[in-house]
Amino acid sequence: MKDIRKFLRIEENRKVSDRTFFLRLRGPERKSNHEDNLCDTDFPLWENFRAGQFVNIAIPGKYLRRPISVSRYFPKEGEIHLYYNIAGEGTRELSEMKPGEMLDILLDLGNGFSIPEGIKKPLLLGGGIGAAPLFQLAYDLMGSGVKPQVVLGYNTSGESWGMEKALQESGITSFIATVDGSEGTKGFVTDVIREKNLDYDYFYACGPMPMLKALMNLPTEGELSLECKMGCGFGACMCCSMETANGPRRICKDGPVFKKSELKF
Amino acid sequence: MGRVKLGDLELQNPVIPASGCFGYGYEMNEFYPIDILGSISFKGTTKEPRAGNPLPRVAECSSGLINSVGLQNPGIDAVISRELPRLREVFHQPIIANISGFSTDEYRECCEKITREEQIGLIELNVSCPNVHGGGMSFGTDPDVLESLVREVKGVCTVPLYVKLTPNVGDIVRMAKAAVDGGADGLCLINTLLGMRFDLNTGKPVIANVMGGFSGPAIFPVALRMVYQVRQAFPTLPIIGCGGVASANDVKEMMMAGANAVEIGSANLINPYICKEIIEAL
Repeated sequence: MKDIRKFLRIEENRKVSDRTFFLRLRGPERKSNHEDNLCDTDFPLWENFRAGQFVNIAIPGKYLRRPISVSRYFPKEGEIHLYYNIAGEGTRELSEMKPGEMLDILLDLGNGFSIPEGIKKPLLLGGGIGAAPLFQLAYDLMGSGVKPQVVLGYNTSGESWGMEKALQESGITSFIATVDGSEGTKGFVTDVIREKNLDYDYFYACGPMPMLKALMNLPTEGELSLECKMGCGFGACMCCSMETANGPRRICKDGPVFKKSELKF
Repeated sequence: MGRVKLGDLELQNPVIPASGCFGYGYEMNEFYPIDILGSISFKGTTKEPRAGNPLPRVAECSSGLINSVGLQNPGIDAVISRELPRLREVFHQPIIANISGFSTDEYRECCEKITREEQIGLIELNVSCPNVHGGGMSFGTDPDVLESLVREVKGVCTVPLYVKLTPNVGDIVRMAKAAVDGGADGLCLINTLLGMRFDLNTGKPVIANVMGGFSGPAIFPVALRMVYQVRQAFPTLPIIGCGGVASANDVKEMMMAGANAVEIGSANLINPYICKEIIEAL
């Protein structure tokens, strides 16, 4: 039986760009010498995380949980990193929570990205806050001996929350597109692909729906991570179900990552 | 709290996940052994497969949510051939078959098929669907329509037939009486309340289908009141209470109002372990 409900402690919760907050969570902790019985002790669950999975966070006073993708995970330290934008009242209240406060979280949700055998030149395409789950994926690809290229799109340079800088420091080539031209290529991630004549044999994408729709025209197979309003986040309510080439699929449980060939939009 | 009776049907406890909040049950077995539940009311099932409504299908409210899934389901034949066998592998208690339809014939055909299935403890008729032959008005809001629907369906049922009443009516006791006069063996109440929300930024409804069913703790007092009124009118009728139940104390309160067993819906979406926790606390 899986115990997916955990109480995690906020270690850091701060603004890192015009729109984006960084949330660092810790726990469940090893039993060891910790007195803090608020923290759970089931450690191995952390090791099951895959890039592209998400957590569903209960926000005090809000009825529904807020699904947020995991940007980085550190099983050894027992930490996950999330990035989120303030999209409404719930995320605003989340942004006002302080280090030390506990969050009631459902974790290990969704399928995550896969790394198919034989891919050599993966291209990672992120739009705004949607790029967050690609952060971990970039490192996972490196770990499996495949060096990715990364293209991130923002409306304006002030929205960048530092992912491209961190990737560059790890030796991963990253490009930027901004709609207003304030940094990198003026336009969208697709303009960067054209301008830099990027060579790739597989792509991974996460971002706003207009961007994902545009990427459906790319010539290679790829994986797209979708986002939508969810009821439960673990497959029970069908509030996020949509038609695919393989019949109805739940974004929360069968996704959020789908193969391009499976999607119909 | 131990075994409870719904007419002749005995459940090991009164806790039942409500239709639409637990799928066809078996997937929830990865969270806890679902065989501890009193019963499971499975996802509303229709004659034909249904793709359901466009997204978004959900809107948050204070103390609840609105959903408009649109009865997405694989259809009665696939439920019988694919979903029920999976459920039976992990669940050995009586199953509640939640059946929906858009015409009397559709309800009857579904009930005729599901009533023959092993392990079905009772059929729960969802009468909140629009009647396509009746100008789209819900079956459950007109006492004459409801009574004749129940009478038509009752004839094909070999297991007890329950009607899940919609609260979107002026006089719930009158609707209860119509169902009982039609031959219902018991009642389940209440279904969701019709509601809507607007997106402040766009000025448009949040739900793609505009309106949806409002559920969650906010509707608990309404559900209690309706169960109480129907219990006063029908002292011995089996009643399943449903609506906003989120704790063991809510279950107790629902039973004080007159319910013999209790369905738990939205609370499962917030905490997948809620039914287990309630059973342990009772």
